[in-house]
Amino acid sequence: MKSDPIAGLNQDYQTKYGFSDPEDYLHKAPKGLSHEVVEMISRYKREPEWMREFRHQALDIFLQKPMPKWGNQELLGSIDFDDIHYYIKPKGDQARDWNDVPENIKRTFDKLGVPEAERKFLAGVTAQYESEVVYHSIREDLEKMGVIFCDMDSGLRDHPEIVQKYWATIIPPTDNKFAALNSAAWSGGSFIYVPPHTKVEIPLQAYFRINAENMGQFERTLIIADEGASVHYIEGCTAPVYSSDSLHSAVVELVALKSAHIRYTTIQNWSTNVFNLVTKRAYAHEDAVVEWVDGNLGSKLTMKYPAIYLMGERAHGEVLSVAFAGDGQHQDAGAKMIHAAPNTTSRIISKSISKGAGRSSYRGLVKVARGAANCRTSVECDALLIGEQARSDTFPTMEIAEDDVKIEHEARVSKLADEQLFYLQSRGLDPEQARLMIVNGFIEPFVRELPMEYAVELNRLIELEMEGSVG
Amino acid sequence: MSSKETVLFACRDLRVRVDGKEIVKGVNLQIEAGTKHALMGPNGSGKSTLAAALMGHPAYEVAGEIYLRGEPMHELAPDARARQGMFLGFQYPVAVPGVTVASFLRAALTARRGREIPVREFRQEMLEAFAALEIKQGFAGRYLNDGFSGGEKKRLEILQMLLLKPEFALLDETDSGLDIDALKVVSTGVKRSVGPDNAVLLVTHYQRILQYVVPDVVHVFLDGNLVRSGGADLAAELETRGYDWLTPSTAGAR
Repeated sequence: MKSDPIAGLNQDYQTKYGFSDPEDYLHKAPKGLSHEVVEMISRYKREPEWMREFRHQALDIFLQKPMPKWGNQELLGSIDFDDIHYYIKPKGDQARDWNDVPENIKRTFDKLGVPEAERKFLAGVTAQYESEVVYHSIREDLEKMGVIFCDMDSGLRDHPEIVQKYWATIIPPTDNKFAALNSAAWSGGSFIYVPPHTKVEIPLQAYFRINAENMGQFERTLIIADEGASVHYIEGCTAPVYSSDSLHSAVVELVALKSAHIRYTTIQNWSTNVFNLVTKRAYAHEDAVVEWVDGNLGSKLTMKYPAIYLMGERAHGEVLSVAFAGDGQHQDAGAKMIHAAPNTTSRIISKSISKGAGRSSYRGLVKVARGAANCRTSVECDALLIGEQARSDTFPTMEIAEDDVKIEHEARVSKLADEQLFYLQSRGLDPEQARLMIVNGFIEPFVRELPMEYAVELNRLIELEMEGSVG
Repeated sequence: MSSKETVLFACRDLRVRVDGKEIVKGVNLQIEAGTKHALMGPNGSGKSTLAAALMGHPAYEVAGEIYLRGEPMHELAPDARARQGMFLGFQYPVAVPGVTVASFLRAALTARRGREIPVREFRQEMLEAFAALEIKQGFAGRYLNDGFSGGEKKRLEILQMLLLKPEFALLDETDSGLDIDALKVVSTGVKRSVGPDNAVLLVTHYQRILQYVVPDVVHVFLDGNLVRSGGADLAAELETRGYDWLTPSTAGAR
């Protein structure tokens, strides 16, 4: 009866997400990254001088920086930076109507259900294909309220004063090697600005698609919620299944000004040939709330630790993450909470499921700065192992420079317990149903935070995991 | 005691090994429809192992035969036994966090009946069972056995028995850890669930519950063997005399 309950995770990936279009590009940079390539990207985009210089400086930093010393050293060491295309521009201009998107690309996004989702429950959508955003829309009423939602390149062109004010202030190129790489080669991503006291009630979504082989996608996202504003942003991502590796390395900066609220939801489902090495960080000012809701299902190696700097009094930060690691996958994910002001609160809930030869790691930092009195933080890590080879590690770090703080930390590793299975089976549930129920229960705290449509999709993925898992 | 036609449940020469060690050493049982049996024995005698083995615990090596209504059960997986009408009330029901009591009950009931049960119909049945066991409605939304008190867990086990209407229920130490009020409620549930066509086997090392649910037959289980069977008075005798007088060396053959 021993069997692999999530053997089928993403078993329909090939047909559902893993297909690819024939390559038909306006411009495809040769492999490798150099000052020439950076110059070409900047010139192509007709960027202001400061950005061109920023890219070149970032490239120097990238070339000098060592690889991160943490995470999966073996897999990190296998990345061949010279075997990647750093910029690919698909044909066609950015469209505001799906009918104006080139046919093959439109077909791709149709297949991924993006236009349908937009019609049903989104207030705005950007769709990025390789290096560029090919489609973008925002509901008129939001635009009239002064909400800006566009791709990052357009943001830089049309709103230079806001972009320049916040650009790389939260994640400088010197932060880490992959932040430097993104700073040098960035293209696409989202730019969002929500004016004071404006509530965007319906989510905005970006969908990122890699199509080419050996592709590097370096989107750059900057979200600013002005005083008292709120916004929920969702990103999804998929790629074709190739035998060679692609690299996705994003930089995401969030600024929640006084009393603002930002929720950032990710459903990462890259194919298992994609390295997903992402830097995400937010500043939460006085009374602001920032939430990262982070789901990692796909990729070969993910290294991602969404961070929140609680900069103003009574700011609140939450990271809620779930990771699935199947055979050949390593999800090295976690969270960072920096309490830099008094009376700030935070919560981290991290759930991971490792099955087969999959591996998941929780890597977290909670830091309370001197003077940040009366802070409260709780960290909860839950790992579920399925099968004898599955592996999970927890690397929590606490740096507390203040006495008057409340800290809770809980870490649990459990095996999908035979006793749970027996209990459910003794009530007539077959083993497949029983496993599905246990796994769904395990991730329920995460699923419950998703918009309904995403919860349904995630549950569907989990159900697929269970199909054919017995016998 | 009864003709063969009314035998509801039987096991023959049941032997159970756990981690290579023989815990149940050849048990024969026969339980008639419409009866309540009690299996009594001290801690460590192997009662719980026997109960779990009858339900098909996957970690046990089991030899021997198990029949429900004359149908062989010993080859079936636990879920198939459950759908056939067997039930095990656990001594220590495990928690399944994130799964609500209501969704679990609905899945179990669907499996038992072999058909989808409309939400309204299910809800009504569930709430009736709640009421019978003095369980508050809010219980339905809690996560299965997660953070439940001992008494809450036991009530939920009995509740499942009432809903699933098994033909043969094994209740493993259902009375342990209950205060007197809870014990009465649980006993009422047990009595309610036994009709002319089904039966229950109460596994217990206290006589306590047997004051409320008077058994038709009491079996004494010592060191992996059934050493004696008798009427309800046997339970009372055990209460005053203990088990020592029945140890295999002194008790002789059954």
